[in-house]
Amino acid sequence: MKEQLPVLVVVVPLLTAPLLVLLRAPAAVRILSLLAAAASTAAAVTLALTVEAPISYHLGGWPPPIGIEYRVTQATAFVLALVTTIATFSLLLGARGTRSEVTNGRTHLFYAAFLLCLAGLLGMVVTGDAFNVFVFLEISSLSTYALVAMGRRRRAFTAALNYLILGTIGGTFVLIGIGLLFQMTGTLNALDIARHMTQAEVGGTRTVQVAFAFLVVGFGIKLAVFPLHQWLPNAYAESPSAVSSFLAGTATKVIYFQTMRALLVLFGASYVFGTLRFGLFLGVLSLLGMFAGSLAAIYQTSLKRLLAYSSIGQVGYLTLALSFGSEAGTYAGLLHMGAHAITKTALFVVAAAIVSGVGTDRIDALAGLGKRLPLCAFAFVLGGLGLIGVPGTAGFVSKWALLEAALADGHLGYAAALLLSSLLAVVYVWRVVEVMYFRQPPPDAPAARGLRGYDWGALGPALVLMVASILLGVWSSPITGYVRTAATQLFRGGL
Amino acid sequence: MNTGIWNYWVVVFLMMAGLYVVMAKRNYVKKLMGLSIFQVSVIMLYVSMGKVTGGTAPIYVLDGGTPAEGIVYSNALPHVLMLTAIVVGVATTAVGLGLIVRVREAYGSVEEDVVTEQDRAAEAAEARDFAEAGP
Repeated sequence: MKEQLPVLVVVVPLLTAPLLVLLRAPAAVRILSLLAAAASTAAAVTLALTVEAPISYHLGGWPPPIGIEYRVTQATAFVLALVTTIATFSLLLGARGTRSEVTNGRTHLFYAAFLLCLAGLLGMVVTGDAFNVFVFLEISSLSTYALVAMGRRRRAFTAALNYLILGTIGGTFVLIGIGLLFQMTGTLNALDIARHMTQAEVGGTRTVQVAFAFLVVGFGIKLAVFPLHQWLPNAYAESPSAVSSFLAGTATKVIYFQTMRALLVLFGASYVFGTLRFGLFLGVLSLLGMFAGSLAAIYQTSLKRLLAYSSIGQVGYLTLALSFGSEAGTYAGLLHMGAHAITKTALFVVAAAIVSGVGTDRIDALAGLGKRLPLCAFAFVLGGLGLIGVPGTAGFVSKWALLEAALADGHLGYAAALLLSSLLAVVYVWRVVEVMYFRQPPPDAPAARGLRGYDWGALGPALVLMVASILLGVWSSPITGYVRTAATQLFRGGL
Repeated sequence: MNTGIWNYWVVVFLMMAGLYVVMAKRNYVKKLMGLSIFQVSVIMLYVSMGKVTGGTAPIYVLDGGTPAEGIVYSNALPHVLMLTAIVVGVATTAVGLGLIVRVREAYGSVEEDVVTEQDRAAEAAEARDFAEAGP
């Protein structure tokens, strides 16, 4: 049983999805999907706690490089545990939220698409085969398009369609990149490709450069790196609450992990940051993303859209960490990926709780929320602090690591920009806080409700995530130690 | 002309034509068709790279019941990969067309400009309603 865990993590949600379609009954579907996600989480956490040396699982008993290999290292186990946990929390929310948001009779399809998306994301993380990455990427993307389109307003259709067009271009670019790498190396196994890449007759060719460009642009679209981020705000803002909280914490994070692996493992840090000098280019794009995303967030009128633009800024931090091309940068990137995933998921879940209490996510409509729904407002403040990176939250630990990585390489300008853009985060979080606490509630608004007045299905998971974020911020050494070994391994080219 | 590279010219032409249609056309159906052309070009790219000079179809040539020696076969792997990519392409087109049907039901049009215009108007109306009803 134990040696089957790497594949079970993916197979359980993948096979539960068609079962849900057959089952149809909403209550049973909710319970079964939650069970599947919980089982997958249990498998991922077990792997994360027990993995020492990299585990290589041979699908169908065919050894690599001929067969497809699933590889579990500390880095992949960390991401698997993160993604499955966030999926479970989003499903807890979904059990309540989707009742009002997804049209009756479609509940089973919603959950099936959700689990397929989860399976795709997990498969991308765990596989050690380049073509398999593309297949899982498309599984998760296709189900994401369907999930986004299930939003309440008709704008969800156009958001999903635009995401589909851009996402397919991104996915196809990745496919071209993988194809060109296959052409040069004759293999699809990631580690085998990496080994061939060190040979001069392969690594130095124009084809490899073109493959690099296609892969980076492809992943860049999916990751929403600054000039390629157009799809993200609408997709996050228009999708149902359970979906936006799930996507915000997982989709871009998994792609970020893929980008890391492509740069550090497939091509190798010395090629990417030495020969191609990609660091400066990525660094400048990251800075633009940090500022453009945060500035745009300041001017949003809807809460979910504000959070979405803030995500674009946060992707800037992630790619900045990667652009240092150092071990410290890899560590900071992995850590910030985890911290931001938890914080942003929690914030989107709070937004869901607020929407179900107020009926809209317009920021103007939240006046006096500190009196009307004090716990929701308080949870938002906690999440906002995490987003800014106030000491005592997980966001602080990771931003500190990011700052240290910047200073260690002598990037004073980047360090200054990091601090400046954190100030912008203060501005956009404060804008909401100001409306919630310092504006009078509209006269016709219902008075403060007791504990029963809350949508606990949404607020409960949000508070648990907030507490987790603060615990990780205060008592961070176990997780930072784990991530540090994972980053070292990843940076040295171990998949 | 070097015929070995001819395929790749076709691939690049289809790729660019597809991308151009996606970017330049404002009609969602046309955009999706462009996307399909773009995806098909990648299939041709993969199939072209499976060609081995002088190779025959990758089916064992039998010599009295056992595979004959010294026969060069084309690489079958890219073809197999493309079976998956074709499925992905068909699925993408299907989901995309499904979404277009819903867009058409909701907006009464499949032109991006019309749809964007309606969204803007709805947003402005919503902001106006809120300003009137609010404090």
